[in-house]
Amino acid sequence: MSRGRPYVRPVEPYWWAHPPYLAYTLREVTGVAVAGYALILLAGLIALARGEAHYVAWLNFLKSPWSLVLHIVLLAGLIAHVWTWFRIMPKTMPRLSLGGSIMPQTLISAAGLVLAAVTFITILLLAEWVRP
Amino acid sequence: MPPDDAPGKNAREIPIKVLRYRSEIDREPVLQTYRVPFTDDMSVLQGLQYIKDHLDGTLSFRWSCRMAICGSCGMMIAGEPKLACMTVLRDFYPGPLTIEPLAHFPIERDLVITVGGFVKKIESIYPYLIPKTRRRLDEGEYLQTPLQLARYESFSDCINCMLCYAACPQFAENPDFIGPGAMALLQRYNGDSRDGAQNKRMELVHTDNGAWSCTAVGYCSEVCPKLVDPANAVNQNKTRSALDYFLRFLVRRADASAGSSGGAA
Amino acid sequence: MKRSPAPIFWLLFGAGGMLAALIGPALLVITGIAAPFAIGISPGFMSFERVAAVAHHPLGKLVLFGIITLFFWHGAERVYLTLRDMHVGGKVALMQLCYGGAAALTMVTVLALVAIGFH
Repeated sequence: MSRGRPYVRPVEPYWWAHPPYLAYTLREVTGVAVAGYALILLAGLIALARGEAHYVAWLNFLKSPWSLVLHIVLLAGLIAHVWTWFRIMPKTMPRLSLGGSIMPQTLISAAGLVLAAVTFITILLLAEWVRP
Repeated sequence: MPPDDAPGKNAREIPIKVLRYRSEIDREPVLQTYRVPFTDDMSVLQGLQYIKDHLDGTLSFRWSCRMAICGSCGMMIAGEPKLACMTVLRDFYPGPLTIEPLAHFPIERDLVITVGGFVKKIESIYPYLIPKTRRRLDEGEYLQTPLQLARYESFSDCINCMLCYAACPQFAENPDFIGPGAMALLQRYNGDSRDGAQNKRMELVHTDNGAWSCTAVGYCSEVCPKLVDPANAVNQNKTRSALDYFLRFLVRRADASAGSSGGAA
Repeated sequence: MKRSPAPIFWLLFGAGGMLAALIGPALLVITGIAAPFAIGISPGFMSFERVAAVAHHPLGKLVLFGIITLFFWHGAERVYLTLRDMHVGGKVALMQLCYGGAAALTMVTVLALVAIGFH
């Protein structure tokens, strides 16, 4: 039997932009929101290092409408991060047991999301109770 | 099973576009359309068999059990990796339905792809039990509780259909990636309480072509017809490999592999 | 067989991701929305004196360093892998851009924290 010429199909360069991979790409992009928020914090830290006048300028930026819009966008990204993080987390874990059978991955995800909700509320409450 | 496999006069018809490739006459693959009469109970595989039996005997495709256990009939059906025997034509009516060979593999002929690379990968992961401690025949079987079995059982369900490789974009980018199917088989043994050769297999996992080609897309587990969850096999080994990367200097492990002289770090 | 260096960046990505998932949204709501607009939080919450006091304290520095740099390393890994998926550049060039960028931002964070002082 003669060996034919196997045909190698080229890789689709925009695979990441189409379903079913688009959801994965969007999940990864939430990392930009995490880094973006850290940049705002770093800007505040640098302002702090440069003295009160610069720090107050940073505070004034935070009070601007642009900053509010930016933070709302970043918050949406962070919430998407939280959701997708705990959805994928069980895949990175070995199979754990729960009462004689394997712990379902949906349960692990739910537990993570509940924990995130608890820490979210706890931190906000702690901040609210702090007085100058 | 009725003796005449051609649908009756009142059957509906669906156009099926099949990506053909015959290296002796085609420079590159080309779509060919067939009008296939079908009944609601017919699988895509039966549609292909109708084409081969009644319309075009030159059409080539792999199949065997027609009941989703042999893993032969994997192909791209309407752009998704599926087993042809487990997919029904009625779901795509009125069509046209496009069928292409399994993605990310070289095409040998029509819907037949080259599997040699995949076979080498599953051979490379020491796909057999290497017991932690040998038992003599008179000592009886290697015992295992149902829970110990449950920890790796899904990974043993793999039928080597390679749909997961067609789903994996990182395998498309890097054909040397060991891939979800081979990693599932690897974890079938590494997760088996009777096995003692985890470190031998982890040597493959630690490489760029091991677990670290994976970016946790997760589509492999979505397309798996046997619910093997290869994404879990790969990604739990990322955790294991990452911890080992830093903790290996603290613990010297005894390797249970028979005949091994200890090997390199 | 050659080990991949990926575990280093993956663990940093994982630590940053877990931290961001647990405290990120709350921190952002406080520093970006509640405190600047004094919603449910006292107006002087992020005053210069209070924040400087935290940043002067060694523990405060450690916490700020941890949060900011881990968030950067989390983003760096995700941006690196996404840019690689998009074929924006070669593997080495992208690693230099993303991990180099995160390393540079880590240095800047350290310098800022040192510049803030300890008194």
